[in-house]
Amino acid sequence: MKGATILGKDRAPVLATQGLTRHFGGLTAVNDVSIELMMGTIHAVIGPNGAGKSTLMNLLSGDLFPSAGHIHLEGDAITHCTPPQRSLRGLGRSYQKTNVFLPLTVFENARLAAQSRAGSSLRFFRPVLHEATINERAQLAIDAAGLGARSDRVVATLSHGEQRQVEIAMALATAPRVLLLDEPLAGMGAEESSAIVQLLARLRESHAILLVEHDMDAVFSLADTLTVMVNGTVLESGPPAFIRSSAAVQAAYLGGDENMHA
Amino acid sequence: MPPSHSAPGRTAARVMLQIALLLALACLPWFAEKYYVQFVARILIMGILAMSLDLLLGYTGLVSFGHAAFYGVAAYSLAMLTPAYQAAWFWTSFPLAVLGAAAAGLAIGFFVVRTHGIYFIMVTLAFAQMLFFLFHDTRIAGGNDGIYIDVRPDTTILGWKPFDLERYDQVYLLVLVLFALVWMFLRILLRSRFGHVLVGIRVNEHRMRSLGFETFRYKLACFTIAAALAGIAGYLSALQFGVVNPEFMGWHQSAAVMMMVILGGMGTLIGPVLGASAWMLLELGFQSLPVAGSIDLGKHWQLWMGAFIVLTALLLPSGLLGAWSALWRRLHHQTPALDADDPVAKP
Ligand SMILES: Nc1ncnc2c1ncn2[C@@H]1O[C@H](COP(=O)(O)OP(=O)(O)O)[C@@H](O)[C@H]1O
Ligand SMILES: [Mg+2]
Repeated sequence: MKGATILGKDRAPVLATQGLTRHFGGLTAVNDVSIELMMGTIHAVIGPNGAGKSTLMNLLSGDLFPSAGHIHLEGDAITHCTPPQRSLRGLGRSYQKTNVFLPLTVFENARLAAQSRAGSSLRFFRPVLHEATINERAQLAIDAAGLGARSDRVVATLSHGEQRQVEIAMALATAPRVLLLDEPLAGMGAEESSAIVQLLARLRESHAILLVEHDMDAVFSLADTLTVMVNGTVLESGPPAFIRSSAAVQAAYLGGDENMHA
Repeated sequence: MPPSHSAPGRTAARVMLQIALLLALACLPWFAEKYYVQFVARILIMGILAMSLDLLLGYTGLVSFGHAAFYGVAAYSLAMLTPAYQAAWFWTSFPLAVLGAAAAGLAIGFFVVRTHGIYFIMVTLAFAQMLFFLFHDTRIAGGNDGIYIDVRPDTTILGWKPFDLERYDQVYLLVLVLFALVWMFLRILLRSRFGHVLVGIRVNEHRMRSLGFETFRYKLACFTIAAALAGIAGYLSALQFGVVNPEFMGWHQSAAVMMMVILGGMGTLIGPVLGASAWMLLELGFQSLPVAGSIDLGKHWQLWMGAFIVLTALLLPSGLLGAWSALWRRLHHQTPALDADDPVAKP
């Protein structure tokens, strides 16, 4: 592709990787992956289990460091930044394996997330209960994730699907510009799932979203761009219609339905 | 609206109860003999030390096995700031001793809070042992025998003496006031942004980092604050005993305070205080056991103490406080609920 044009969404990517690679011993979980994520779009990454999607997410969020390659966020190299640094630069994520504060309430989970955006927490005297901005932001994120009625519940007592919603509420409460969502719909009921799909469609406007998801209906209804990964490498990348008709993808992935829900 | 705050009535009742208890304790010197007043002062001092450790252990999940080091640093600070056969000035020696403990906490914390789990336990113990042998094997402060504080600190300001630390009852009142201040300080701290970050770190440090919290910074601050509070206990202890020796910072002391916290109940403020009281009372009780036949039961008090700890660990896995609240709920047919006054939910 020729350089970025000035028109509409074709501006410089918010998040971009070049040649991103990660080895685990002899295994190359992510192999020479270069992707671009634009503001105002949803970029879905699909592929069978073990394709390296979660590893890619971990490389982007800083939970893992790459063996080779570069990551740029809004033009700045963040390849060597720690997870908190990346988070504060506007990168928010949710985890495939629910990663929340189980013994705390939904509200306390979201509040910790919101608190991370309110300046230093080396504040020792004022009760958090009286920090109106933090509490409001937490409540907004909870409502957006559809957990308004569950605010006071201890997260450990919620259903798996609701815990997935807590993941999303926490990601939202950090007010990210770039959202990395690793299988946000996995384990959710049909109703919650469609509510989250609608939420993502609304969020698209003001965010850049990288979405790893196995639910193909959701993926094809949301994604502006699709990247198909197999064995750590990018098999194909492009608009949904292109991916749907790609012979390589048909052969390797979309045709074989048994891989998709493995 | 932020949820989960306790009914104002309940909070008020709680505060009233605490004030009443404090006043009752303040009256003790008018009723009890010197021995008992000093004994309660020792319990309160251990209570301060145990609360300070609980900030690390119960709230932040940092299992420090060298906490007595900071208690000892402050105690030695007073001893070394006291000139021979003269008094140190309270208003400089106290802040300096607490600052000394905080500085030691900051320096040691800088290295130890980078480690996790079992390694954290190991390096905190290692640092404390280094300090122990520094004072034990060199002559900088009396070596193995320790160092005496011949005259207790003087509190005179411009010719006016607000209290006299040569009097045991006034030492007791100073201890009580500082105990109440430490308690209040921790209560406020734990409700602040900082306190909530500490709990987040204990529950899931990885997630805290991915939310944007540079956890190293918060753990280091917490370690330093805990060291400073342990320093308050150390200063008071040195003041009361009039002598400081390396045992102040020995691993026995670190282990004892850790057991007080666990015995009472981690992750609460009242738990460590209950634990410290129970520990001191048991020690006293077991030591005064009679001679039965050819065995001096009292001499082997550590054996009974050990047996007691094993039994508590087996029968009351969440400490005295946990057992008490379970009993309370049973009597009142309540389901377990989080203490709304307390930011900590037990895992
Ligand atoms: N921390 C790790 N150590 C070793 N191997 C790993 C690790 N994380 C992932 N892998 C391996 O890397 C490959 C890609 O895994 P993952 O990124 O989780 O795939 P996906 O999310 O697409 O299902 C798998 O073969 C997995 O076993
Ligand atoms: Mg995965």
